Amino acid sequence: MSVVGVATAEPVGNAVAARRRKSRITKSPKIVVGASILAFFVFIAIFGPTLAPHSASWQASNSSAFAQPPSAKFWLGTDRQQHDILSQVLSGGRSTMVIAFVAGIVASILSILFGVTAGYMGGLVDEVLSIIANIFLALPGLLILMVVMKPLPAGDTDNPFLIGSVIALTAWAYGARVLRAQTLALRDQDYVESARIIGERRPRIIVSEILPNLLPILASSFIFTVIYGIGIYVVLSILGIINPAQASWGTMIQNAQGASAMISNDWWWYAPPALCVALLGIGLALLNFGIDEIVNPRVRSRRGSRRGVRFQLGLTPVVRAARPDSSSNLDIAAPVLEGES
Amino acid sequence: MADPVLEVRGLCVDYGLGADAVRAVTDADLVLRRGEVLGIAGESGSGKSTLAYALTRLLRAPGVITGGDVLFHSRSAETGETTTVDLLAAGAHELRRYRWSEIAVVFQSAMHALNPVARVENQLTDVLRVHRPQMSAQERRARAVEMLRMVGINADRLRSYPHELSGGMRQRVMIAMALILQPQIVIMDEPTTALDVVTQREILEELMALRDELGFAVIFITHDLSLLIELADSIAIMYAGRIVERAKAAELFHAPRHPYSLGLLSSFPSLHGERVRMEGIPGSPPSLAAMPDGCKFHPRCPHAMDRCRTQEPPLTRPTDEGGGRVTACWLQDGRQDPPEALARAYPPLATPSASAVGDLSRSTS
Amino acid sequence: MCAVRAILRRLAFYLLAAWSAVTLNFFLPRMLPGSALQAVLSSIRSAPITPDELHALEAEYGAGNKSLLSQYATYISNLFHGDLGTSTSKSVPVTDILGTDLPWTIGLVGIATVIAFVLGTFLGVIAGWRRGGFLDTLLPVATFFQAIPYYILAFLLLMTMGYLWKWFPLGGGYDISRDSTVTPGWNGGFIGSVVDHGFLPVATIVLASIAGWILGMRNVMITTMDEDYVLVAAAKGLPRWRVVWVAGRNAILPSISSLALSVSLIVTGSIITEIVFSYPGLGLAMNNATLDADYPLMQGILLCVTFAVLVVNFLADIVYVILDPRARREA
Repeated sequence: MSVVGVATAEPVGNAVAARRRKSRITKSPKIVVGASILAFFVFIAIFGPTLAPHSASWQASNSSAFAQPPSAKFWLGTDRQQHDILSQVLSGGRSTMVIAFVAGIVASILSILFGVTAGYMGGLVDEVLSIIANIFLALPGLLILMVVMKPLPAGDTDNPFLIGSVIALTAWAYGARVLRAQTLALRDQDYVESARIIGERRPRIIVSEILPNLLPILASSFIFTVIYGIGIYVVLSILGIINPAQASWGTMIQNAQGASAMISNDWWWYAPPALCVALLGIGLALLNFGIDEIVNPRVRSRRGSRRGVRFQLGLTPVVRAARPDSSSNLDIAAPVLEGES
Repeated sequence: MADPVLEVRGLCVDYGLGADAVRAVTDADLVLRRGEVLGIAGESGSGKSTLAYALTRLLRAPGVITGGDVLFHSRSAETGETTTVDLLAAGAHELRRYRWSEIAVVFQSAMHALNPVARVENQLTDVLRVHRPQMSAQERRARAVEMLRMVGINADRLRSYPHELSGGMRQRVMIAMALILQPQIVIMDEPTTALDVVTQREILEELMALRDELGFAVIFITHDLSLLIELADSIAIMYAGRIVERAKAAELFHAPRHPYSLGLLSSFPSLHGERVRMEGIPGSPPSLAAMPDGCKFHPRCPHAMDRCRTQEPPLTRPTDEGGGRVTACWLQDGRQDPPEALARAYPPLATPSASAVGDLSRSTS
Repeated sequence: MCAVRAILRRLAFYLLAAWSAVTLNFFLPRMLPGSALQAVLSSIRSAPITPDELHALEAEYGAGNKSLLSQYATYISNLFHGDLGTSTSKSVPVTDILGTDLPWTIGLVGIATVIAFVLGTFLGVIAGWRRGGFLDTLLPVATFFQAIPYYILAFLLLMTMGYLWKWFPLGGGYDISRDSTVTPGWNGGFIGSVVDHGFLPVATIVLASIAGWILGMRNVMITTMDEDYVLVAAAKGLPRWRVVWVAGRNAILPSISSLALSVSLIVTGSIITEIVFSYPGLGLAMNNATLDADYPLMQGILLCVTFAVLVVNFLADIVYVILDPRARREA
């Protein structure tokens, strides 16, 4: 996961733009698809364990020593211990989702505390907070988590809030950097300046003038942290660093690997959890992509070529079309902004 | 009168395509004569920059040229022969050949027009490398030094990056860059707007001196009509994407024929002429998407008649004039007497002193 | 010179960061809850190492009676002497293990990152220049790979191209058992084996990171092309590739910053990839160390990777200062 692509937003100050933004959200296919995927997995996280035909630890009572392929009885087959894969997949998502969202929320709070404070206060405070953030940025989070979590007792690794918060400790710094840069830009905006001049108190300016304009960036870095959190949690459980008592997608893959399911080609065992994780990541990325395009309309792809006209820098196209009498402008619709089709 | 170096006929420019398109420039006609300064003035959004960038095919997306001709009559420096190129029909390769070597552009803000990561030297010599491939590295460098000296910059600035120069110096570098290939036409888009008044004046005076020396023609785009009165030979006034009046600078100054030109002239204090009350123009220009019917200026025009609301006036010669000037106003079609302010004669019949025309244009033309 | 001053200033930051990492490494075991630390110590005590080494390790993990400050002093002094303790699972100095495994990781991350960055930046320049073109339709596909967590992506590649289609070996860094003529060293057979084994791990890292470079470069390219100086380059009649170059040369600067920012993420990804493909680098060593509860080795690897990340960050900073004349002034 590389971190470029989270573009800084142009501050939007008025209600018209906000309304325009709202209509764009519902029109963007990326956001609609991404949000649907996310909603689906949230649904599974909440109701999956109830919907599952069996509990995750339920074992079919037959004496087979082999994982059974999908059948009418077991839609996704069973693993070697005769656990129902479908039930495990349905109930294994909750811990992953909870931990990733806890990580996202905690990291967002930390990044606001560090980034906005540094950007707004400037000076020595900025210096110190930025150095801390930059140091955290350079630390390899996964390795630290491996060292820290390995000796933790089982009770602790079953606590999603603890695990989520610890993951957040290694993930907040990037958001803080982006928020700092944007706060720095916002601080000099006229409306912030005027709020300062009429004597608004500092926390009030930050909450009511700065934070609303940071929301798109915050959303973007939140989603980024959630994707990171999912990946890290899955890896930690696959590697057996944390051993949750309940089946999770990560532990399912760990079991499959431990039983060499790849060599015996029991794809139904490891593929469902792996694809769930992949699909969830893709849904979140689509959402992020869509938000980015709304915040940054200039980077949206242009559809001029569909009309057979190519725009190239320094070669303005000449289109001599027969058009109605040019003195009548009744055929003219809304103005076209750069980037809109 | 000198022969034309650039002719623009019926140029139309749209922003966007198909049903979404709005017209930004409508049927613009211009003639730029060799060695002449042609000013284009208008409020922001009047289409003056759009026009200038469109005729060089440099207009950015979603700009589209939808009609007209732009004829460039290129005269070879060696043979003196003139060849005519239709810039709107030219391909990328042909355009590239004329760009900068014959038609150069000075941008509004040199701060943004100079590449921040390249040294001044590279930005001056890269055009030589492309357009004068026979020149050696030493010759290119010598030429760059010569150009910098011409605009009053020391040669040691060749090694500088743009951010190390002051605003005035950057604009001088930009001018040196524009003139380095001795083009026949230089398009200047508000070249001094970003500078303080003193630097602005210095640079304009240098520019006009350089024009006398090198003989290039200038299309000078500005919202500052007073500046044009001083340094332009002829002036085109644009409003809502249309040229509404075109005349010699002195004619326009002393005897405007279009109410909009008159409004622009009354919105700045005259240094030399008689005292007039500064008026400005009430209202604001229409948006491209919601143009009024008839004359586009009628909602702001103090003299608007019924006809102005429904019919658009053509750009023609006022009935009482014999010269080359044209205006697009129904008041001037001879069916009624225009108001006194729009019916003045030029040259004035009785007053001997016509000295109100700026000193610069006099001394240089 | 300004450039030197700018770089020295950055160097000061990296020294501070390195000291923070060292200190963090010292305090990590001491911050663990008591039961966790006991688990660490008991795993050390049961290790097949000499009493001297055991004593040194116990002291390092705070079991001795010395004050925290003197422990810290010993730790720093050991570090300066290149002593990272003894691996409890392998009974050899941690630095020996780092010495053998680090080159594999550097090779893997280095090659993958260079490919991803160079190719991604190049494609991003084209996508930004020809906006709405073919590459724009390809972009969402690339983003999918970026969104899939590393482990899952590596795992899916291994399952399909390794197990299912048998195009590539299933793991390891090289294979000398299949062909007795192949011996480790600079010979064709061995290098071929290394390339063969390295393909899937490199492909994983490239696939997972390239979308970021393409997208980042494309977006910056689009905003850069709105700058006047790019239009000036076109107005100058420069050949098209020169105009693209002017825009790309400016647009690459944010990508260099991003490269510095994301090194630790790339390294994290490569550690995961190594584990999936049993690639003989630090990631695999880390995984084995956690399985064996070999804390000295885990901490040694953590420190080593952190230092490597800091060095790469510093190099990226130097490149940035070289590429952007304005950065030299802001020192």
